[in-house]
Order: sequence, then structure tokens, then C-alpha cells
Amino acid sequence: MVSLLQLARDTAASVLDPELPMLTLADLGVLREVTLAADGQVTASLAPTYSGCPALAEMRADMDAALRAAGFTRVDIRTVLDPPWSSDWITAEGRAKLAAAGIAPPGPAVRRPPGGPVPLTLTPIRTVVPCPHCGSRDTEETSRFSATACKALRRCRSCREPFEQVKEL
Amino acid sequence: MTDDHVYLSLAEASPEGDARWAFGTGFEDPLHGVDTALLPGLDHAELASLCLALGDDALVSAQRLAEWVTLAPELEEEVALANIGLDLLGQARLLLSRAGQAEGAGRDEDQLAYFRAPEEFRNVVLAELPNGDFAHCVARLLLLSSWRLAVFQALSAHPDPVLAAIAAKGVNELAYHRDHAAQWTVRLGDGTEESRRRMTEALDQVWPHLPELFHGADQGLRGDVELTLRQVLDAAGLEPPHPAERGPYRGRAGEHTEHLTELLAELQSVARADPEATW
Repeated sequence: MVSLLQLARDTAASVLDPELPMLTLADLGVLREVTLAADGQVTASLAPTYSGCPALAEMRADMDAALRAAGFTRVDIRTVLDPPWSSDWITAEGRAKLAAAGIAPPGPAVRRPPGGPVPLTLTPIRTVVPCPHCGSRDTEETSRFSATACKALRRCRSCREPFEQVKEL
Repeated sequence: MTDDHVYLSLAEASPEGDARWAFGTGFEDPLHGVDTALLPGLDHAELASLCLALGDDALVSAQRLAEWVTLAPELEEEVALANIGLDLLGQARLLLSRAGQAEGAGRDEDQLAYFRAPEEFRNVVLAELPNGDFAHCVARLLLLSSWRLAVFQALSAHPDPVLAAIAAKGVNELAYHRDHAAQWTVRLGDGTEESRRRMTEALDQVWPHLPELFHGADQGLRGDVELTLRQVLDAAGLEPPHPAERGPYRGRAGEHTEHLTELLAELQSVARADPEATW
């Protein structure tokens, strides 16, 4: 028999991201924690990707609806700001799903030692982003921003296909 | 349409109920679930005015960036400016919410954004100036994001844990904005004769606003920010700007240009048309 906490966790972990529906919010690393109180209240904590991500409201509504559909009547969806989300939170499974959907997964985010000014970057940080379609390493950045805040736009010089890349943040 | 009220009809038509349609005012507290207790030893009024000033900078900048939509020189750049504006709007929502909590007068982000008069805004004047050409947009973004990045980095260690978390979250976003502006500065400065002329003029226009960005505790950040700006100018092959003497600007004290009045008239018009409405 599945415990109620496990049911809550499994349910929360199965909710899809509204903008990248090939990923669950757990794959994306947005779902931080699911707890079940003695009185039956389920609390799920979500870490927003970007401060202004307009999908956060949708994520919360979807998470709330999924938990209620699983039979939980007292549901609270909380926001967690600390530690902030980074693309490093995307799981290995999430990265594989992105690539399978034709979106290049992010490389490791640049981590700076605390203190001191953030160094200026005048050229793309990651010059080699393999094409998710043909695997060629000969790709170029066409735009640092794409249809959502979390993606950039690239083009493959070998197969000529444009593709999106989840940015390192 | 089963109801005279469009919103109710939409909610009814959706199998998920109204959750999917409930965007906008009154729906979501951006700090919901975050421990927002105020530490007793902290000066709450000072925290409120700090959050308000930084929230206003972001809100007003986001509005100016949104005005570029449909006008940017290329589609990709339009998406970029809209995304940068969106990041800033997200920061504004968090900061104005925190300002309202610290103030303790029951005002939320919407009341602060939509129901204050221009003289109650505390944004720097540079943020409110009307959009010029694309070089002006780049120059302003370069100054504002370089400065804001340094401020947010310092605030990541602020004793108020909520402000510290908002700032820490914003640092990576702002570094991306600054680098975007820096790359365009180099492209335009090191581009054609025309792009170079425009970039030079734009930098001359925004440079007199540098002093208004640094005051009080932020004075110590000026050296680092100017060092970064110099790096960008060097890479672009541009001389340091020689601006005409202007200012002083006192946006932080509520002294604004008529341009802020116009900006707010548009930004606040819908909310003020029906103050009780939620959508």
C-alpha cells in the first residue's frame, strides 16, 4: 500500500511544466519539497526559474489541481526563493527529455566565488552546443533570448535546423 | 457564452475551473509561502523605502522596455527586450510586495504600483526618460543593469532574509541583461560609422545620470561599476563620454520629470478605471 505522503510526492512529481511539457516540474528542479502534515495538509514548495516567469502562476494552479484530484483537500503551494533556482537543478532525466524533444539542455552554470564583481561576458560562455537534431557540434547562437525567458536560440550549420537551448543560469 | 460576465463564462468553459484563467490582480502573492516575518532589530521604515526604490526602478524600466515591443530593430531583439522587461517586472513584484510588508500599512504590490501618484515614486530619473533610438536603449540598459547588478550583489547579504533572497535571485538575471547591453555596445560602437555615432551620442545622453545612481551606502560600488563600463567602452573602441553638465537628479526624493506622469498614466489606467476589479 502506498503511503499518503508517497502518493502526494508522486502526484506532485508528475505535474508537467506548462512551457516545456516534455518535463515534469520535478525534472525541471522547480519542485523542491512535498510534505504532509498530521492534519492531512499537503504543502508543495516551488522555486521559480526566473523572477518574472509568467508560468509560475500556471505551475501553482496545475500543482494545486493535481493534488486535489488525487484526493487531498487541504493543499498549499509555497514559493521558495532561497536557494535560487539554477539550470543546474534540471535532473539528468530532464536533460535527456529536453534533448529528445529537440531542445539542447544547458551546460553547467558558471559559478562565481562569492564577493568581487561579476565578470563581464562579451562572448557566449558555451561555444560548443551540440545540435539536438543531428548531433553536429558546428552550431551558432542566433539570439540570447527565445520564446521563453529560460531559452536561447541557436542554428546548426550542418543540418541547417534552428533549435532552442535552455540557457545556463 | 453562458454568462454575461466574460470571466465567469471562461471559467465555466474550462474543465479545470477558474484556476487557468485567473491571471492578474488579486490572484497571486509572489511571496506566498515565503517566511515574511520582519526581524525585530531591523529598521522597517528603511527596509520599506529601500525595497520601494528598487521596485520602482524595475517597474518603470520594465514599462519602457515593453514600449519597444513592435519597434525593435529585429525580431530577436524584440524578444530579448521583452524578456529583460519581464525579469524586471518579476523583481518589481517581489520588491513592492516586500516594501508593503515592511511598511505595515496594508498596501500590496498592486496598490503600490497602480495607486501612487508620480511624486510618490522613488525610481531614478534615468529609468523614466522616454525611449530614444536603439542605441539609447542599449546605453541606458548598460548603465542601469551594471549598477543594479552591483547593488543586488551587495544586498544578497542584507540582514532582511527576504530582500537578501530576492537580490540573490536577481543577480544572475541582471548579469545576463548587462552582458546583453555590453555586447550591443561593442557591436554598435565597433560597427558602422552611423552606429558608432549613435552609440557615442547615446552614451553622452545617459552618462550625466551616473551620479544619481550612487548615493549613501551605494557610493562604494561606483568604482567597480565604472571599471566594468570602462571595459565595455574599451572593447567597443569608444572614448569615455564627454557629457554636458546636467542634473542633479532627485528621483529618489520623488522629484521626477513630466515623462513619469505620462508613463504612469498609461501603466495605471486600467487598474484605476475600476479599482475594485480583479481579472
